[in-house]
Amino acid sequence: MKASKKEFIAEAEDLLEESQRLILEIQDTFSSGLNPDTINALFRTMHTLKGVSGLFGLQGISSISHALETLMDDVRLGKIPMTDVVAGFLLKNLDIMKNLVDTISRDDEEGDISAFLKDIEAFRNSRKGRAEERADEERIDAAIMKVLSEYEEHRLKSNIKDGKGIYLAKAVFLLETFDTSLEKLTKTIKTVGELISTLPTSSNVPDGSIGFNLMFGSTRPLEEIKKTVNFDIDVLVQPKTAQQQSAAALATVKSPDAHLKSTSTTVRVDIEKLDRILHTIGELTLAKGAVKRIGTELVERYGRTELVYDVHKISQALERRLSELQGQVLEIRMVPIGQIFTRLAQIVRRYSRETGKDIELAVFGEDTELDKYLAEEIVDPLMHLMRNAIDHGIEPPEVRKQMGKKESGTIILKAYQKGNHVVIEVKDDGAGIDTVRVRKKAIEKGLIDDDVELQEKEIIDFIFTPGFSTKDVVSEVSGRGVGMDVVKNKLSALGGFAEVQTVRNAGTTFVLTLPITLAIIKALIVRVGKEKFAVPLTSMSETFIVEHKDIQTIEWKEVYYLRGEMLPMVRINNFFNIEGDSAERSFAVLAGFGERRVGLMVDEFFGQHEIVIKSHSDYMKNLRGFAGCAEIGKHEVILVLDAESLIDESVLKQKGGSHV
Amino acid sequence: MKTILIVEDSSTTRALIRAVIDELGDFDTVEAATGFEALKMLPQQEYDLIITDINMPDINGLELINFVRSNVRYSHVPIIIVSTERSEEDKKRGLALGATAYVTKPFKSVELQEAIQKIIGP
Repeated sequence: MKASKKEFIAEAEDLLEESQRLILEIQDTFSSGLNPDTINALFRTMHTLKGVSGLFGLQGISSISHALETLMDDVRLGKIPMTDVVAGFLLKNLDIMKNLVDTISRDDEEGDISAFLKDIEAFRNSRKGRAEERADEERIDAAIMKVLSEYEEHRLKSNIKDGKGIYLAKAVFLLETFDTSLEKLTKTIKTVGELISTLPTSSNVPDGSIGFNLMFGSTRPLEEIKKTVNFDIDVLVQPKTAQQQSAAALATVKSPDAHLKSTSTTVRVDIEKLDRILHTIGELTLAKGAVKRIGTELVERYGRTELVYDVHKISQALERRLSELQGQVLEIRMVPIGQIFTRLAQIVRRYSRETGKDIELAVFGEDTELDKYLAEEIVDPLMHLMRNAIDHGIEPPEVRKQMGKKESGTIILKAYQKGNHVVIEVKDDGAGIDTVRVRKKAIEKGLIDDDVELQEKEIIDFIFTPGFSTKDVVSEVSGRGVGMDVVKNKLSALGGFAEVQTVRNAGTTFVLTLPITLAIIKALIVRVGKEKFAVPLTSMSETFIVEHKDIQTIEWKEVYYLRGEMLPMVRINNFFNIEGDSAERSFAVLAGFGERRVGLMVDEFFGQHEIVIKSHSDYMKNLRGFAGCAEIGKHEVILVLDAESLIDESVLKQKGGSHV
Repeated sequence: MKTILIVEDSSTTRALIRAVIDELGDFDTVEAATGFEALKMLPQQEYDLIITDINMPDINGLELINFVRSNVRYSHVPIIIVSTERSEEDKKRGLALGATAYVTKPFKSVELQEAIQKIIGP
């Protein structure tokens, strides 16, 4: 395929995607009022598509987009009212064009499209008569119509649509004083209706004077208007009779009933507003904590008197309601992950075309919900994994055929909820990761010595090292400079983590685990020496007690056998170089999940606390091991441990200090 | 010396247009901040060119153009519309009403200067 044609296909897809977005936006705003800019933008995308497809001599797409451009031109000029039916028809035709673009990308002929054109033409004609106000507009003198700005014309139309009468007041004023006289007249007109336009005129006006034709809409009877305005008045459009009006009013009362149900039960809210609400809830949570503490102190000081009991009851009610409120707001933030899967599907289609690899995408669990913020943040990492799978994972068709695999590759995108986490899997049936090659590369890069024995899992982890790529040629698809380390860091920043499972020649699966929400989380408060830290419950699975004598050292790593499984241990006091208790036993937190787990040893547990993690200043940004800080009441601020980076750091430290 | 009437409600845009014209050297400028002011100023002297905005608070530029074109005293005066690109339809209407040229805001000084010189240049 020629490069220029590729460019056309990419642009055409962008334009079609943009058109679809615009139509959906139009559908969303039926009840709240259409934005002419959106309709105009839709007209322009069709116009551009017509232009570029014409340049490439693609008759089919060019003719269809031309027909749709004409239809949209009528819509934007109000000749055809924008309705759900029109929107549906446009969407249908976008699909037709998408298929045509697909056909072209396969280097096939466009085929006969005359039936589609006929369909569009017939539709346009059938809708055209429906703009009732059109007829009314035509009753207005063309000389007046042509001087109206777009906005004034719009106001005129909507006045007519509302059944108001349209009138023209004619006034002549002295040139020197016309502005004050005109201002007075304008005010008067506004008491009976809406002033639409002020047209100065010099016809039939004596020298030294100036004439004005003021167009306005009103529901008042003509006699009343004449009496109030007290100038010559022409009736341009008759108001709808009382009967017509009440019928129209009834219609507007009745039909929105159906409308409201289908379209306007949803409200779009900026995510920032929800963030602010959560922030307030966070502050309330602190206040609640204070009330609870006061309650406890009162019991200690005054015993269980009635008043003390009241405080206790109130603080409990507060706690319940607050957690309800929190749950409700968090629920609002939840979106089905299908939203981002659709976007990813488009990317897969595009890249599979660019690389000449036929890819089948299977998607599961689109209904799985997660926080809107997380959903948006996870798109890029997922996109990177998909590109990677297409580029490095799935073999070219010839190779696959030789290996006895199906010629088309398969990528499975799967999401599901697991406790407080959402798991997203990206699985391909490609070549898998070549661990021998990864190991060689790691030695070349000086990441390990060539005599170090590593487990397969540890070798695979090297792909997450910055700047690590086993592919010698940086392909167009994967692009330059974005590596797996970015994926890993992003996940870590979101409080999640990435795992890889790979089987040579059978494929690779990336498993991304994310907390469902970031906003307010529960954390275990722990003590190490004189310091307190928070460990998010989302990053830990259990706690246990460790007798120091049971800790063994294997290859410079401290490990502990938990139910028969070897677990690397990190002494938090050593890690941060703080003085801990000198005891024979420690409390430990099992952090991380799946294959990547570590035991964090601390001196004491203080119980659970709800925290809002705040990122710390740039000044502390380079400190590894912390996810941020949180306030836990009484203006006490503590650091939140980041399990993921602790796992990394501990492995590096214990491996003989090969710090990067 | 030829005189240009600038009709524009934004004082910064007015100043900008005036500066662009001053650069050309051989024109006088008179300014109106509203359509009403322009209506008052029209009979006071002869103008060689009118530069007008479309969206103004009292009467719009189209109504002004229509007024100028339909009055024998001014109908011969060329008019340049200076307005934003968003009012594509208004531009069409302005030209249909008899405006001589259209310059899209934001404009480069050369664009406006070329338009002026093409119409009333030496």
